Amino acid sequence: MKIEVNGSVHEVDADADMPLLWVLRDLLGLVGTKFGCGMAQCGACTVHLDGNPVRSCITPVGTVGTRAVTTIEGISPNGLHVVQQAWTETDVVQCGYCQSGQIMTAVALLAKQSDPSDDDIDAAMSGNVCRCGTYQRVREAIHVAARLQRGGK
Amino acid sequence: MTVTRRGFLQTAGGLVLSFYVPRLVRGVPRPQGPAASPPPAPNAFLRIGADDSVTVVLAHSEMGQGVWTGLAILIAEELDCDWSRVRCEHAPANLALYARPGMGIQMTGGSSSTRGEFDRYRTVGASAKDMLVRAAAARWKVAPGACRAENGIITHGTKQLRYGAVADAAMKLEPPAQVTLKSPKQWKLIGTKVRRLDTPAKITGAATFGIDVQLPDLRTAVVARPPAFGATLVDFDAAAALRVPGVEKVVPTATGVAVVAKHFWAAKLGRDALVVHWRDPEGKGFDSTNYTADLRALTMKPGAIVADVGKVDEALAAAKTTLEAVYEVPYLAHAPMEPLNCTAKIDGDRCEIWTGTQFQSVDQMAAAQILGTTPDKVRIHTTFLGGGFGRRANPQSDFVAEAVVVAKNAGVPVKVVWTREDDIRGGWYRPAYVHRVRVAVDASGSPVAWDHVVAGQSILTGTVFEKFMVRNGIDGSSVEGLADSPYLAMTQARRLSLHSPQTPVPVQWWRSVGNTHTAFALESMVDELAHAAGKDPLDYRLALLAQAPRHAAALRLAADKAGWGTPPPTGHARGLAVHECFGSIVAEVAEVSSDSGRIRVHAVTCAVDCGVPVNPLGIEAQMQSGIVYGLTAALHGKLTIVGGKVVESNFHDYRPLRMFEMPRVTVHLIASGAPMGGIGEPATAPIAPAVANAVFALTKRRLRALPLQLT
Repeated sequence: MKIEVNGSVHEVDADADMPLLWVLRDLLGLVGTKFGCGMAQCGACTVHLDGNPVRSCITPVGTVGTRAVTTIEGISPNGLHVVQQAWTETDVVQCGYCQSGQIMTAVALLAKQSDPSDDDIDAAMSGNVCRCGTYQRVREAIHVAARLQRGGK
Repeated sequence: MTVTRRGFLQTAGGLVLSFYVPRLVRGVPRPQGPAASPPPAPNAFLRIGADDSVTVVLAHSEMGQGVWTGLAILIAEELDCDWSRVRCEHAPANLALYARPGMGIQMTGGSSSTRGEFDRYRTVGASAKDMLVRAAAARWKVAPGACRAENGIITHGTKQLRYGAVADAAMKLEPPAQVTLKSPKQWKLIGTKVRRLDTPAKITGAATFGIDVQLPDLRTAVVARPPAFGATLVDFDAAAALRVPGVEKVVPTATGVAVVAKHFWAAKLGRDALVVHWRDPEGKGFDSTNYTADLRALTMKPGAIVADVGKVDEALAAAKTTLEAVYEVPYLAHAPMEPLNCTAKIDGDRCEIWTGTQFQSVDQMAAAQILGTTPDKVRIHTTFLGGGFGRRANPQSDFVAEAVVVAKNAGVPVKVVWTREDDIRGGWYRPAYVHRVRVAVDASGSPVAWDHVVAGQSILTGTVFEKFMVRNGIDGSSVEGLADSPYLAMTQARRLSLHSPQTPVPVQWWRSVGNTHTAFALESMVDELAHAAGKDPLDYRLALLAQAPRHAAALRLAADKAGWGTPPPTGHARGLAVHECFGSIVAEVAEVSSDSGRIRVHAVTCAVDCGVPVNPLGIEAQMQSGIVYGLTAALHGKLTIVGGKVVESNFHDYRPLRMFEMPRVTVHLIASGAPMGGIGEPATAPIAPAVANAVFALTKRRLRALPLQLT
């Protein structure tokens, strides 16, 4: 079957039931998207389908269809998406394993809400687990990204 | 510290600073194994490229705690290089080269990296700078003393040379026999807020964790392990597994049966299809509820004596007022975000391993033993670790040894990947413990006799560390934080004893180790004593801590910043705790409320005295991190074992703290100048008692078991 990932169409030899996560990681070599739980409990595998965040670990590749898949590797050509800039400025990451998923969820949030409140952030981000406990800086960084997105300093 | 032996590794253009590292073994073990002590060899910690790049080689693993930045700061401080050109890489596994000073093995743990490497890494930087300056001076035919080096540039009068321009020449010089390190007043980087060097890789998906390793012809394996502690393999039928498209082989391992496939998904489906017969554990199998009752019963009598000062029994019998309390903590899994995994490739008597490990030396020896070879034939590539928390420092090298066996039996390079269920149910837990504490108080409510009995498994017994670290039946890690408690030290009569029963459940160090339970018992009991005496919990503690000024200062600072003594918001209450762990003292004040019986933690005010702060930005992150890790355990963490089987399996029933539960954490640093303490673990210990004490202030209900539950 064919899927479009980060702007390129790929022919993949996969059973329709195979989760998108493993297609990305093991068939396409896009390992920035992470495996954490396999049951949509941790958000480490978050990618976008036509801009909407989904848990790729429970998304059968056969259901993707013509929707565009965006992974962490595809949100900016140079790591300078406003969310990535904000993550750098706020020194968010620790072990870093969950951060692809955190960033993908945050990018989707900011696309819908340009100035989310703490409650909005809590609601959007509570599906993304971080065992290092970077939550506070994730929250701060989303506010910073919102400011950057609005053109503020 | 001085450079004691020189050796240089020629690399593609540049300076490699090397020196002999003394292998100290005092009081700390080197693991056993077929490895004869390898002769000391040159050791490289630093490369300066002709392009001015500065590559710091890390003897410790980056698992979130920030060594990727902190150790580089130490070298850069003395090297006076351009910080923007600094990058890091993990060292290969090599005990002779990269054993942690004073530890004897190459490892990351015990919150020991920065303090353990403080002298060595600064010395490397200072030595390299000396050599670069001499190389430049020789080129200019001037005295080195007349040159200056700053920000990666050497200057003499109007002449300038970049470090990269003289790196090759510097490499040919003798390192200095001795260097003088900067005084703290001269520091430009140490003590300032430095952002992480691993951020670019980790925000773009480019960082390579063990699970991301890709090699030609690499296969993925998922292993069927015993479903219950104590269960053993009888036999298996591979036919159904082999019918799954992509599955190539099914091979036995020491731990179970491995399904080897083209990719993870096929391996996982193959394991689902695999038919395995297991022999149940003897009897009814281990039961965690019954076990806790057994531990409680054990604490009725003293165990192996850790400390016995004064006449405890007499003082308790004679006292007008005594308090007795029992505190309980359950088994806990580490649950790092990156499920365990290890890639192994075997070629004759050589083996290459790619994994995120905290325990290179132990893993190297374990792999060598399996392959009947010597550790030097085992190359370990340390990747980024998607969390460690102690789990990736396994004394049996469980996840590494298993991968080596699978690769050996399958005859192909294999990456063994654990599912989350494998991780949660796979053992190597923080042990369950019960503490029974009896305290006699005087008329003012101060303790005069303290009888403290701890019961719970020893982490170190049965490991290579046992003969060094378990003395007279006492595993020091079971009572750390207690044996050295200032509260006990100021109590005239005191007895601390320990029961260490054995169970079929494998246990391991878990972030802050013994302090995870000793701080809970101690700081809860002290709070109970304060309330029994009718005194403010802060004032009561400060009186007991008269001989522990650093504890008192941290507690006072946290309390001040939290507004202790001022009314909290309506429906909220505060509790506090202070604890020393791995050389640092952390005080925390928690502000809580109850929402239909559910405990909500709104704010945590933290004060930390780690002696000498290297990177305040990293320290703040580690305080937040430790608090979240400890809060997860305090509010949610519990494994239930029935019939030898773990009931919980994934994040839905082994709940991590989530964003909506994240309190506002503020961190206040105390640069006391005391010997440097650790930072990765100490914030974990005080949060459970701080919250429990706040819950008492709120509800007058004393919760003595973790996780804390009002309903």
